[in-house]
Amino acid sequence: MKMLINVAETVVADALRGMAAAHPELVVDVENRVIARRDAPVEGKVAIVSGGGSGHEPLHGGFVGHGMLSAACPGEVFTSPVPDQMVRAAAAVDSGAGVLFVVKNYTGDVLNFDMAAELAEDEGIQVAKVLVNDDVAVTDSLYTAGRRGTGATLFVEKIAGAAAEEGQPLERVEAIARQVNANARSFGVALSACATPAKGSPTFDLPPGELELGVGIHGEPGRERRAMMTSGEIADFSVDAVLEDLQPTDPVLVLVNGMGATPLLELYGFNAEVQRVLSGRGVPVARTLVGNYVTSLDMAGASVTLCQVDEELLRLWDAPVSTAGLRWGM
Amino acid sequence: MLDADFFRRWLTAATAAVDREAARLTELDSPIGDADHGSNLQRGFVAVSAVLEKESPATPGGVLTLAGRQLISTVGGASGPLYGTLLRRTGKALGDAPEVSEAELAAALRTGVDAVMTLGGAAPGDKTMIDALVPAVDALGTSFDAAATAAEQGALATTPMQARKGRASYLGERSIGHQDPGATSSALLIGALAEAARDE
Repeated sequence: MKMLINVAETVVADALRGMAAAHPELVVDVENRVIARRDAPVEGKVAIVSGGGSGHEPLHGGFVGHGMLSAACPGEVFTSPVPDQMVRAAAAVDSGAGVLFVVKNYTGDVLNFDMAAELAEDEGIQVAKVLVNDDVAVTDSLYTAGRRGTGATLFVEKIAGAAAEEGQPLERVEAIARQVNANARSFGVALSACATPAKGSPTFDLPPGELELGVGIHGEPGRERRAMMTSGEIADFSVDAVLEDLQPTDPVLVLVNGMGATPLLELYGFNAEVQRVLSGRGVPVARTLVGNYVTSLDMAGASVTLCQVDEELLRLWDAPVSTAGLRWGM
Repeated sequence: MLDADFFRRWLTAATAAVDREAARLTELDSPIGDADHGSNLQRGFVAVSAVLEKESPATPGGVLTLAGRQLISTVGGASGPLYGTLLRRTGKALGDAPEVSEAELAAALRTGVDAVMTLGGAAPGDKTMIDALVPAVDALGTSFDAAATAAEQGALATTPMQARKGRASYLGERSIGHQDPGATSSALLIGALAEAARDE
């Protein structure tokens, strides 16, 4: 499979160098793999640090900036970053008001962030953690590593980021982050597998004419394979899977997220179907975001995330944000 | 008795084994994981060899503790903390004795494996590295070669299991029929231990 890279070993470092060149408002430490706001630490402000394997761009590095993350730690492709990165990031952005770690629920991310939290606390940094686990495709949590963190990560980082930006204390920012995660659910489908640079070929075999329902964002196959469906059928299936688990009483934020290789033309068409299903189920929509935000390299497909919001969460969602991947209101 | 040099030889042999088998580990990690187990461990063990050469700890415990810390700092994912903890906790259990007996190593390795089970929450039968490590530690009382064989058989025995931990668990029943990459790399690590012992 052809890729626009030099060699697999340097893809993450190469991307970080390119990011540094494109975004002078960020401090990109290529060697230690930390992306931070140039103006951090911001006096009196809670810092938010996230991270995860690379290959999900713009998550997380593309969400560093005003109103969202203070710093991000990119790991190798689909591999959690190491504790050293997280401690370094926390130390770089902590103003003394404490640091919130936003952790997607994968075994590796959880283990590394747990170790980092302990080390950071040893250095006198106050740390809180929120685990994002919104993927309803993982049904049997007792016999699995639990629900994966996917699209809701964007909602958690944006809304908690806005709360931190307006000077709310760590306990409050943490509580808001937990509330967003508790209110959000996702479901994803793949039309093709993705290829990691290290392997150079698709990570699983998906024949033409078939799709994977309930995929994660690491090229792992989903729960079920079916004959290819139309955009409308996929919207019915995905939204129903989410609504089986979340019965919103408040309006919802909708994220129609591309997995990396599905054109916006198709994503917008898919969003029309998602809105049709939501309207048919009587779910009021507060805001909608369509685009490639939590991706899986060159996987084709999409995910739907719904997040129930009260007035306060909606106000924080609407608050100004200025990052490489998400920008409005300023 | 086993000295620091023996433990360095173990980790050198492990580095060579991971290097040799990296493509196979990644291949095993493709259908039920994310196709990077080989390259991740390769990066970690190369770093372990480099740091051991640079710092040259004088005791068995020092060698394993340093190697474990290095894995935690370089591998990432779940395997970094898990393999790092295995070596670090085994090393800590060996204390600062300049030489340790085989029985002391067996006891320390059991402490390390217990720490991995606590950290990862996995039990035997969950289709993880534990399925190779627990039989290996049980057989270590007999001989290093018996431990290597037990680890190898333990890894093979993961094929019919359904994964209950880690990324493979998301596949549910579809994880059945694939050998676990973590159990496979654990068997390589124990195989390297037997190799180091044969060189004694």
